[in-house]
Amino acid sequence: MKETLLSNCERDFLLQAIAEKKRLDGRQTYDYRKMKITFGTDYGCCFVDLGKTRVMAQVSCELVAPKESRPNEGIMFFNIELSPMASPTFEQGRQSELSVKLNRQLERCLRNSKCIDTESLCVVSGEKVWKIRVDVHVLNHDGNLMDVASIAAITALCHFRRPDVSIQGDEVTVYSPEERDPIPLSIYHMPISVSFSFFQQGTYLLVDPCEREERVMDGLLMIIRKNNSSLIEKVKDVKPAPQGA
Amino acid sequence: KISIPDILTPAGDTSVLAAAYGPAEVKVSKEIYDRATLDVLIQPKVGLPSVRERAQEQCVRETCEASLLLSLHPRSSLTLILQLIHDDGSILSCFLNAACMALMDAGLPMSFLFCGVTCAIDVDGQIITDPTAAQEKESRAVMTFAIDSKEHKVMMSSTKGSFSVNELQQCVAVSQKASEKIFQFYRDSVKRRYSKIL
Repeated sequence: MKETLLSNCERDFLLQAIAEKKRLDGRQTYDYRKMKITFGTDYGCCFVDLGKTRVMAQVSCELVAPKESRPNEGIMFFNIELSPMASPTFEQGRQSELSVKLNRQLERCLRNSKCIDTESLCVVSGEKVWKIRVDVHVLNHDGNLMDVASIAAITALCHFRRPDVSIQGDEVTVYSPEERDPIPLSIYHMPISVSFSFFQQGTYLLVDPCEREERVMDGLLMIIRKNNSSLIEKVKDVKPAPQGA
Repeated sequence: KISIPDILTPAGDTSVLAAAYGPAEVKVSKEIYDRATLDVLIQPKVGLPSVRERAQEQCVRETCEASLLLSLHPRSSLTLILQLIHDDGSILSCFLNAACMALMDAGLPMSFLFCGVTCAIDVDGQIITDPTAAQEKESRAVMTFAIDSKEHKVMMSSTKGSFSVNELQQCVAVSQKASEKIFQFYRDSVKRRYSKIL
């Protein structure tokens, strides 16, 4: 479905309200919406709600051959699905700009920050390693998908348990959850992203924009940090000026 | 008549999230001049939808098309999205129930409601309704029926395994009885949901 255009009245109203330091839902500039994290029945399944934005993450694993350039490391694979459930504008084919952007940002957030110890995922060097796959499904889009997706992904990874493996000479035995308790992944730290949206050429700033605020913003700055200490990444994204502004 | 995704149908541990959008603009390639175009999308938990999801979508779509009054919205599109949350058996009937409730909540005109019931025949010949994944694996045959609310007739059936004609008829009878309980559950949940608003 085509995206419904935002009327000029609504755009002007939002910008005027932001100029007067008011937000649609009554939040302050740095307020986050109410967050709720619940877990599913499987290991590695979690739901994160931020206001009305809802995201589900599921982690799964399988044994594969490692990449030739890195025979000692496991493989991480991330995928964000913008389900058509989230918004009538999302289509089933994944080529949309937003989908590519979110996928790239999630990769930067989780892969570059080296939050998972990939060497511990190695079973037999050069032959068998664990491939950890994180699928993030966006169930409802009410703004700030990136923050929610990063929280859901890292929470699901912390919740996930992989099957226990034992190696005897050349034989590798993978135990089912009934035989031996599954083992958690070794995670160094939890990278969380915080999104700042800018309005009126940078005069005003809002944290955690909702969907309407995202439509009228000029640009978005995402900062990914871990544990209140070092900065990991900074991602800037500026939207082209709206026609006829 | 847009339904925000809110319908979570748990059946034991199996749960599915459904969302219905429509009537909305339809692509010219898909438009039908005298009816609405119904699209059903089933999203699995891990990976992209494959042939299995397509087969399930077909079953759900045929059932929905039979019950929706599509001719009231010509040249429009109705989209039904079903997200699998957890699969512990009886998944197709869970999809059907979630689909019906989403369509009902969206206020789309239907001539009757429908529900899905799954039966399994185990090796002893016993009929189990709403089997779990473990029970489905052990059983000789698994059948899913979509039953309508007006005349309690079978609208759609999807079967797997070997069984006799007699067993099929028995399963249909058992499903029809079970469907009454499901329709009562529909009524109760709708009452609960809207009692706070009314």
